Amino acid sequence: MFDKEEMKKIKQLKKEWENNVVQKTLEHFSERKDKFVTGSGKEVERLYTPVNLEGSDYNKELNFPGQYPYTRGVQPTMYRGRFWTMRQYAGFGTAEESNKRYKYLLDQGQTGLSVAFDLPTQIGYDSDHTMSLGEVGKVGVAIDSLKDMEILFNGIPLDKVSTSMTINAPATVLLAMYVAVAEKQGISPDKLNGTIQNDVLKEYIARGTYIFPPAPSMRLITNIFEYCFKEMPLWNTISISGYHIREAGSTAIQEVAFTLADGITYVDAAIKIGLKVDDFAPRLSFFFNAHNDLLEEVAKFRAARRLWAKIMKERFGAKNKKSLMLRFHTQTAGCTLTAQQADNNIVRVTIQALAAVLGGTQSLHTNSRDEALALPAEDSVRIALRTQQVLAYESGVTETVDPLAGSYYIETLTNKIEEKALEYIERIDKLGGVTQAIEKGFIQQEIQNSAYQYQKDIEERKRIVVGVNKFKINEGSPKGLLKVNPEVGRKQIEELKKLKEERGSYKVKENLKSLEKAAKTDANLMPLILDCVKSYATLGEICDVLRSVFGEYKESVQL
Amino acid sequence: MEGKKIRVLIAKPGLDGHDRGAKVVARALRDAGMEVIYTGLRQTPEQIVETAIQEDVDVIGLSILSGAHTHLFPKVMELLKENNIEDIVVIGGGVIPEEDIPELKKVGIEGIFTPGTDTHDIIKFIREKVK
Amino acid sequence: MEMEIVEKITNGDRRAAAKLITLVENNFNQAREILKKLYNYTGNALVIGITGPPGSGKSTVTDKITKILREQGKTVGIIAIDPTSPFTGGALLGDRIRMQDLSLDKGVFIRSMSTRGHLGGLSQATQATVKILDALGKDIIIIETVGVGQSEVDIVKVADTVVLISMPGMGDDVQIIKAGIMEIGDIFVINKADKEGCERLTTEVEMMLDLNHNSRWRPPVLKTIATDNVGIKKLLEEIDRHIKYLKESGELEQRRRESAKKEIFDLIQGQWKEILSTFVDNGFLNKIVNKIVKREEDPYTAVEKLSSVLVHSYTQGDIKNDRKD
Repeated sequence: MFDKEEMKKIKQLKKEWENNVVQKTLEHFSERKDKFVTGSGKEVERLYTPVNLEGSDYNKELNFPGQYPYTRGVQPTMYRGRFWTMRQYAGFGTAEESNKRYKYLLDQGQTGLSVAFDLPTQIGYDSDHTMSLGEVGKVGVAIDSLKDMEILFNGIPLDKVSTSMTINAPATVLLAMYVAVAEKQGISPDKLNGTIQNDVLKEYIARGTYIFPPAPSMRLITNIFEYCFKEMPLWNTISISGYHIREAGSTAIQEVAFTLADGITYVDAAIKIGLKVDDFAPRLSFFFNAHNDLLEEVAKFRAARRLWAKIMKERFGAKNKKSLMLRFHTQTAGCTLTAQQADNNIVRVTIQALAAVLGGTQSLHTNSRDEALALPAEDSVRIALRTQQVLAYESGVTETVDPLAGSYYIETLTNKIEEKALEYIERIDKLGGVTQAIEKGFIQQEIQNSAYQYQKDIEERKRIVVGVNKFKINEGSPKGLLKVNPEVGRKQIEELKKLKEERGSYKVKENLKSLEKAAKTDANLMPLILDCVKSYATLGEICDVLRSVFGEYKESVQL
Repeated sequence: MEGKKIRVLIAKPGLDGHDRGAKVVARALRDAGMEVIYTGLRQTPEQIVETAIQEDVDVIGLSILSGAHTHLFPKVMELLKENNIEDIVVIGGGVIPEEDIPELKKVGIEGIFTPGTDTHDIIKFIREKVK
Repeated sequence: MEMEIVEKITNGDRRAAAKLITLVENNFNQAREILKKLYNYTGNALVIGITGPPGSGKSTVTDKITKILREQGKTVGIIAIDPTSPFTGGALLGDRIRMQDLSLDKGVFIRSMSTRGHLGGLSQATQATVKILDALGKDIIIIETVGVGQSEVDIVKVADTVVLISMPGMGDDVQIIKAGIMEIGDIFVINKADKEGCERLTTEVEMMLDLNHNSRWRPPVLKTIATDNVGIKKLLEEIDRHIKYLKESGELEQRRRESAKKEIFDLIQGQWKEILSTFVDNGFLNKIVNKIVKREEDPYTAVEKLSSVLVHSYTQGDIKNDRKD
């Protein structure tokens, strides 16, 4: 971006500045630390100048928003056209209670729904399973059958909202339920807008809610790709998630690397079953974390966008522009929330949300201040949503596209993250791909090492967490936390019993039998699961059939 | 003489898969010279107690982030009692609201460590309890 | 008191067995008195050693073998050994993760052990643990350990049948097997046989066996995919066949004699180390060291004298009583 002469001069002047000006200052005032690092532990220089960007090519590496390699954003006008979707992840207790919370959030100006399911639902157990004891309705809403799903979206027109569902191993079942509910509202699948997480690789890596082994899991995922390509063109068929990888303790670079490596694996799998890359790739979406280091995070989003575009173009030969675009949802980092002086979390969330916006996110969830203590209470959720609204309407950062571009630091970090992430991807390729790297425990161990280092840094006070290892106070116990009604489990089991008495059990049996037969072949299971769901077969019954055919995954841990 | 090594079972009861904390604590205890038996995700209280018996551990560390602690922690304590092994020190960690702590202490969980805990505090706690 | 514990264990008390294993690890002297009485109740179990490099799937193989053995109505004891960190003395023992389904089966007893610098060596502790599980009534005892160091190799030597596991794609595959443990394998398993490089590895192992084996038993090379239960039945059949061979050829007795011999050496070493440590403790050693440093005595004579004193006081029972704490 600078010509040779100019660069030479800058270099020379920088050296002089370092030797004279800086040196003199250092003689009198030493710096706070010997080594400065980013939130991910990468060393940060005192000053960034054009020298750091020597040889870089604006048109090739940055270009314009909406143009390859999309470093500056996937749309030409970004937030000047429309703000990101404000989407708060919510759900707890029964479908009825969650339905109320959704309506409240929509009333408060939220623009999309994001459904949190409880753990039994995520692992394909009904509420009356022995493993479900104590878990029903705790971290999300309990869904046992289509009946619960009908209540969950009661009075919410599904053609008017976009819905994101955090469901992975049993994604086919919940997507089928959503389609069935829409049908009852008189809405055809092609009108439905939203995202299903459907990313099982990161469950093996970081989140732990897997059911089946990798091969059948990949099949279910590509079943969704194929079904949606035909029936649900507006639906995001997967949300390839780095969020949980980061929460498990990875660095920013690892987050980008492992997420995109997962993405590559899904694309490979879809191509293998005969889909054409440009048929499904436009509906792939991503999900990232926004951590505390504002500038590193902004660079991370930009680097991920550029790297993905290159991968899709160069590795997979995608032609459709939409296949090259990395569109992503962001959630602020839950692991940065502190139980101590919980109100400080509002400030952390603000910085993280700002990073997501400056990084060009398509949708955003802001965490609530009390989430290190319990599920968020209603007023905390409101503040979290207001944080997004203040950023959107008051901060001014939305008025121009990619405002931090051209910062020597930001561009250097963007380059560095891209370069290092690519190195990781190459290493994973050498190990035989993501599935193998997971099996060998490589990815998990890399993350664990980072997590342990992070904790040690805090304990050795190399890293300061306000209110935790510095600026501590004695505080009383927090008030007004949300308590999930302990009766949820009992109520859910009663309803389930009633359902099983009322539904036509012959049809359920027949449908489950057909599903079992199809599971043993290569058939796309979506239509069969849809039949099961419509006859009110329960989630647990459907997943049990699949378990009997596919087997169950055992975690792979290298300690 | 070799002398006694503190043996700790780190277990994740229930369904939640967030094992960052459990793994960090396991490593920290190892680095403090303890023998840590790590059993992974989705453990039932029955599995945890049987493992504690076979491994003859001094301490059981339970980690839950899903809110199921009010159900699962007391269940573990109940089974320990049934098996006459209440001498094992039980500690818990995770997202545990302060108002739940008195109830958990009452059933015999000796230490509760919430997010932001320094692992040295856990190590110190264990060393004091296991003499 | 000792008899009471022995009785408990032979009646299947898992807790008593677990406590005795702890005692073996922490204070062998005290455990010894119980082990003496326990010895009468041992000798019934068959011992299988499973070893191989990290990540080769030992725990999964152990898990799957055990499930089949249980179907056959046999009870199983498992000793899972992982390395102690040389820096901290601590250990992270994670083999149970792969055996979760077994944890509630009362016919299975699993014990995780670290390689911590056991006095008298790890194999002494392992041998004692095998006896405890034997007395507890387990028909088959599996010792599972990482086959990297000499001490780990020593441990599986106490087994009747040793299974060596490898897998394709570990880089220098054969080197890992070669490193001093080739000769102890009775059965070779190439796990994760669906991975690339399986055929090559199999051929290499076969070739190496053709060159190296010199007994009447030519170790078979088996392919397994343990996670999918592929080849596990066959592995058990081969283990059976090997045991049968051992019995018929008289090698079983010979092995057990070897094993007993090794145990005697281990125990003597352990006991002498203990005895010596009392001299360190009570300052006696220091006196000798002083003399040697001042050139009042040469180390050779000093040790000769010391040895006779030690033997004398040991036979008088002084030392042993000293150490009973």
